[in-house]
Amino acid sequence: MFVWLHPYAKTERAYALCNTLMPYFLSAAILGLSVGLVWGMLFAPADYQQGDSFRIIYIHVPSAILSMGTYVAMAIAGLVGLVWQWKTAYMSMIAMAPVGALMCFISLFTGAAWGKPMWGTWWIWDARLTSQLILLFLYLGVMALYYAFNDRQQAGKAAAIIALIGVINIPIIHYSVEWWNTLHQGSTITKIGKPSIAPSMKWPLLVSIAGFMGLIGTLTLMQLKNVIIERELHRPWVKQLLSERETK
Amino acid sequence: MAFDSFADFIAMGGYGFFVWLSYGVSFLSIVLYITYIKRQKRQLTQHVVAEQAREARIAAAKQSQEK
Repeated sequence: MFVWLHPYAKTERAYALCNTLMPYFLSAAILGLSVGLVWGMLFAPADYQQGDSFRIIYIHVPSAILSMGTYVAMAIAGLVGLVWQWKTAYMSMIAMAPVGALMCFISLFTGAAWGKPMWGTWWIWDARLTSQLILLFLYLGVMALYYAFNDRQQAGKAAAIIALIGVINIPIIHYSVEWWNTLHQGSTITKIGKPSIAPSMKWPLLVSIAGFMGLIGTLTLMQLKNVIIERELHRPWVKQLLSERETK
Repeated sequence: MAFDSFADFIAMGGYGFFVWLSYGVSFLSIVLYITYIKRQKRQLTQHVVAEQAREARIAAAKQSQEK
């Protein structure tokens, strides 16, 4: 069934695939972010309770949702690596980690800057905020463990196991606003069937989420290319590629 | 358009500091990360080029000894 995937276990093919996919993700990022953010910042109406401070939502929610999405993708890449012993799977896993950590940081920071005017505090040890902070530590843990090994295959195995264990945190983050009494508001767009956010605010948010997906894809591909090069530094195709790039 | 003037837009109904702080720090952190990736790539390239130059020098030295 997955035979068509096998050539991509070869790093040279995977590198070429990165180059092929890059323009699509990059245009999704540029288009989605410029349309979504301009729409959200300039044309969406102010919130009846929170005024214009709610406009932070257009980076806070995409980065928060996708920091969780990236984590799941990273864990799946780790699982593929463990099951099929593909080094390119481990490479994708470790390429996604810093990008996810960046998204996680952005969601925490924008959350703090939104919390200060709305709740009166930058930070509180509340279930949603704490579990999201743990997600950041999981990302950092995966990276720290991976780079603690000299043997990259061993490193991939160890980091993949940590990534898989950490998946337990994802439903905890998602349901934290229902399971515990938290200061953080409940979700408004992921309520299946009846989203409780006005369409005039929801559409720019969805476009912005699509833009962030493009951005995460672009950054992951850029990082993955470096990960592949670093791992295959002594292969002839890498040497040729880089020396050609230098003479250009 | 939700704002009447450019000053209104910057003020964000009194929440300007928090809104622009969020957007500013997010933008800056993404830009810094991209710079980091680019620098990493440049270092890898320089490493390969230096290595190739060294190999060429060794080969040249071997050839001159054989003569």
